[in-house]
Amino acid sequence: MRIDFEHRQSAHCETGVISNLMRHHGLDISEPMALGIGSGLFFSHMPFIKVNGLPVTTYRIMPGDIFKKFAKRTGVEMKRQKFSSPEKAMDALDACLEQGLPVGMLTSVFYLPYLPRAFRFHFNAHNIVVYAKEGDDYLVSDPILEEPVKIDRRMLIRARFAKGMPNTNGRMYYPTHVPKDIDVNAAIVKGLKYTAKDMGTIPIPIFGGRAIGFLAGRVANYEKKYGQDEAKKYLGNIVRMQEEIGTGGAGFRFMFGAFLQEASGRLGNPMLHKKSQEITKIGDLWRNFAYDCGRMVKGRADGMSYQDLAYQLSDIGRREILFFQSIHKMKF
Amino acid sequence: MKKKDVPQDDENLFEGKVKVVKYAVDDEGNYGTVGSSGWEPENVVLKQAWDEINKKVQGTLVKIEAGELSPLAYHMEKNIMDVGMLSQYMDISKRNVGKHLEPSRFNNLDEKTLNKYAEVFDITVEELKKTE
Repeated sequence: MRIDFEHRQSAHCETGVISNLMRHHGLDISEPMALGIGSGLFFSHMPFIKVNGLPVTTYRIMPGDIFKKFAKRTGVEMKRQKFSSPEKAMDALDACLEQGLPVGMLTSVFYLPYLPRAFRFHFNAHNIVVYAKEGDDYLVSDPILEEPVKIDRRMLIRARFAKGMPNTNGRMYYPTHVPKDIDVNAAIVKGLKYTAKDMGTIPIPIFGGRAIGFLAGRVANYEKKYGQDEAKKYLGNIVRMQEEIGTGGAGFRFMFGAFLQEASGRLGNPMLHKKSQEITKIGDLWRNFAYDCGRMVKGRADGMSYQDLAYQLSDIGRREILFFQSIHKMKF
Repeated sequence: MKKKDVPQDDENLFEGKVKVVKYAVDDEGNYGTVGSSGWEPENVVLKQAWDEINKKVQGTLVKIEAGELSPLAYHMEKNIMDVGMLSQYMDISKRNVGKHLEPSRFNNLDEKTLNKYAEVFDITVEELKKTE
């Protein structure tokens, strides 16, 4: 069974799967649009939650939530399933493919042999689309790759039943109803307002724009508190979350800029075009920060201190708060 | 970021398998996507993470050599797992996995448990008992 499925490469897995699946069902949505409507951009630093001994920093909302918010705002209905056994999970997948339905699913990158070795950590929230079965192989549209790839049944089962944070439990999903008369513009405004509110106004320091300043305060003390080696690990992890996991650059800030630009055209709102340019500048500051962190990690800091890195971060934090507050106040 | 500034610092971390997508603006300020074969700071921190894993594996090998840990520890570290994750894959308690990291306990493991470990790591029981 082979479904005619158009694969387009994306920066990020979740937004890429939304875009590819929706286009298949007749709703032409770009990856940045999926990010914006699904309110994917965020910031949070949670020093008390550690993964592999390193505090969690994230530039996005929770995995899976972009799709949920996107579906809610567009009226797209999704079927979501998880399974108690691999056999049931694979049978359900096969049944969908028989019906001509491409299926989105949660996998662990550790068990995806077609990815470069360096990518393969135990990250259990990687979204892919399976759209065909050929003998014992499945054809996969992995959004971060240029072309579709094959995976054999055995490895797909391993990837679908990974343990850890979270257990993937064979989770899969597909749209059951994509309305013909979706008010995309209204969905854009909803998505944008949500992001602006969360980034600009959450008073708790670990979430939203304020969390960037909070992280700055932590970074300033990293070396004193943890020693040189640990401090470098902490710093490296921030940069990995920002650049390494398919954010499209600068922790989704550039993809968000692309969203604002597209939204500006659709809504006929020149203000959003200006906002797009502003977030691009802020994204460039994030990139400068990552660049300097890279130098620090490599031991080529030339007199630059953790305090200097903290200044950069708090500057970015102030700018992001003002940026999102200004959008929060906009009338649409 | 300008399109022409999208970095192409290829250090073969992507094994030539992929160019990742970055969003960037052209000279008129219009957004589009550009493929990137890597960026130096990204490469630095990605290598940093792998160096850390390799360091742990090396440290574990020394302990196995000294008879302090069983070969199971090596396979666990090599698969970037900890006792908690491995216990989930094995569907046994962390305490039990901890015990199996002791050479004497590991050497007396029954065939069934050995097979299950081997299955989790996708290797043979023979390979499970070695460190290579």
